[in-house]
Amino acid sequence: MPFLRRTVPLAICFVMGIMTAFQYFVPHQLSRDFLELMTRWDKIIAGFAVFIGAYSLFHLHYSRIRFKVAGWGYSIFVFIGAIVTLGFGLYNGGDGFWVDKNEGTMFDWIYIYVQVPAGATIFSILAFFMASAAYRTFRARTVESALLLVAAIIVMLGRVPIGALISEHLPTAADWIMGVPNLAAKRGILLGVSLGAIATSIKIIFGIERQYLGGGD
Amino acid sequence: MNRSTDFWILVGTLIAFTVINTLFFAIGSFKINWDSFGIVIAVGLTLAMYSFLYKDNPAFKIAENLYVGVALGYTVIITWYNALKPDIYDPLFVPIFTKATEPEYLVIVPMILGIFMLMRISARLSWLSRWSFAFVVGLGSGLTIPNYIHTFILKQIEPSMRPLFYGGESIYVSVNGILVLVGVVTVLLYFFFSIEHKGPIGVASKIGIYFLMVSFGASFGYTVMGRMSLLIGRMIFLLRDWLGVLH
Amino acid sequence: MLDKLVNIDRRIIFALVAAAVVISLLMSFSLPVPATPPVMGIYDKINDMPPGSHVLIAFDYDPAAKEELQPMAIALLHHCYSRDLTVIGLTLWPGGTGLAEQALTSIARQYNRKSGEDFVFLGYKPGVASLIINMGENLYTAFPADFYGNDTKTLPALQGVESLRDLDYVIDLAAGASIETWIAFGKEKYKFDMGAGCTAVIGPDLYPFLDSDQINGLMAGLKGAAEYEVLVKYPAQAVEGMRPQSVTHALIVVFVIFSNAVFFASGGWRTVRRGPGARR
Repeated sequence: MPFLRRTVPLAICFVMGIMTAFQYFVPHQLSRDFLELMTRWDKIIAGFAVFIGAYSLFHLHYSRIRFKVAGWGYSIFVFIGAIVTLGFGLYNGGDGFWVDKNEGTMFDWIYIYVQVPAGATIFSILAFFMASAAYRTFRARTVESALLLVAAIIVMLGRVPIGALISEHLPTAADWIMGVPNLAAKRGILLGVSLGAIATSIKIIFGIERQYLGGGD
Repeated sequence: MNRSTDFWILVGTLIAFTVINTLFFAIGSFKINWDSFGIVIAVGLTLAMYSFLYKDNPAFKIAENLYVGVALGYTVIITWYNALKPDIYDPLFVPIFTKATEPEYLVIVPMILGIFMLMRISARLSWLSRWSFAFVVGLGSGLTIPNYIHTFILKQIEPSMRPLFYGGESIYVSVNGILVLVGVVTVLLYFFFSIEHKGPIGVASKIGIYFLMVSFGASFGYTVMGRMSLLIGRMIFLLRDWLGVLH
Repeated sequence: MLDKLVNIDRRIIFALVAAAVVISLLMSFSLPVPATPPVMGIYDKINDMPPGSHVLIAFDYDPAAKEELQPMAIALLHHCYSRDLTVIGLTLWPGGTGLAEQALTSIARQYNRKSGEDFVFLGYKPGVASLIINMGENLYTAFPADFYGNDTKTLPALQGVESLRDLDYVIDLAAGASIETWIAFGKEKYKFDMGAGCTAVIGPDLYPFLDSDQINGLMAGLKGAAEYEVLVKYPAQAVEGMRPQSVTHALIVVFVIFSNAVFFASGGWRTVRRGPGARR
């Protein structure tokens, strides 16, 4: 069934792409109603994507446990965490998941006292590794790396209150770096990335880029 | 350090953690309720995460995996109550059963496309998910083209095209304007690989590299700032909410 | 000897960083936190809005960015509630839902603001760009119910708001690329004023949008939050964090200068100039 498996999705993509791209230039109410309906549908479809993520994660950790990969015992905690949270979430303080979410349940408690502290801490660990990297590997070996290093030092000092106490010129210099060379480089990158995104979108609409179809026929 | 030393460090830390918290409950710093118990759990997880700084260990791995599971569970539940329930269940299924209002049958289309999307996990029916992805990707591409051209190309080129002298502004502003223009053009030239970077193009792309390096330095400085802020936040939590030595 | 100094156990560096944070938090000294023009842009805009104006705050972050963006959200909410503005909250990140709800309701209680009347929390919705466009066309089809399940059409706080076009100001607090998405599919399409707050990591990427006036203000990282706390006269966690922030930045600069001094003193510079394969 190559027609259903290949031609139909390519046609859907082409029609959706062309219609939404041209909709931008048609301010008529019908055109706007079309955009509203399509974006509303897209928003609803996006809600289902979470289940694919959940399946991938469960599948990965289930495989680890099943094949007794090194450290497989820790994967059990992924299931414990997920099942307990899902359980309390669906239980909804005793009212069930078919009514609106209740506040102040054990589900919220798990979020406040498990997810928030663990999530906030795990990324803060990087602070230590950045300090270590700055000490061990940040060297002015070339003109380019010297420029990077000097800019980093000025910004690091100029952006915190202590910078102004060291020299009143530090915040001004940091502002200049942010507002002139940084702005120019970031704008250059933004223009390049945006042109790339536009080119890729055109390729997708015309069926040249088909990676979203996945493998197979 | 051998394994037995690490084991005793772990046991010692756990005993110290238990003693401190028991003491807090005993002297009344913590009331016996779910919130206080929650703070103890949160502190335990925070310290377990930081134990990674000593070396990778079971406490860190348990906390990390538990976090992944909880975060996933939270995302699924929030998506149900905030998205799928108000957008599909309430307008379509509730009216069918209660007959209170007219069901919104139009919702069936995205619901079917959403279910098709889930078919990606099936070997036999995964081709159905292509229809859903085609809809999502086609719509996204169609929206991207005109909006990106307007927002990220035209609107971004505009400020670099301003006249250098309106009259009234300082020479400093004009020089900066020229520098930004030079920076944007040379950075774009650096990323333009269709021509060889020799002669004037080579010089220009070299200038582009200098602009990029200064900008990466700025980004490094800001990244240090961000990571330190996260650490400071966690330390404030430990010192204020747990140990109570900060007010 | 010098090589040994550069190659010390990294846990010594970790301990120095931790000590710098803890000691500077426990010591009581204050540092000036003057407001910079990008932060003033947001403050002035909110200050100039008449009571009852609608401000949408998008809490597009999760617990990983909580320590930077939650203080920012709280300072902003103090300002909005104290000026009698109607706040509409939402998030594009599922993990940020609880943090957003916590910030909106806890600060509202301090000002006697009621959910649905003086502020609305719309909760989380997936879709990102599609959701923003959907809101730009019709807020009520994008969010048929608020976070608590109330019909949005019946909420007094949303009176006079049909779509994003009717908003007086939008602020995106972002830990990812959502500011760019809000600008491309919201601000430029539906023509509303917009400001932004972000984690420090993505702060430098947003300067092109400040320069092109696509955002009228920017708060980057804990420093941005501290500036706002000072402006609204509610110094809290961010202002407190400026002491260790300053000390740790200075410490890292010392690390960099010291290790480079050792690098040059030990002849590393000559090795680089000659190249790794050069004969000595």
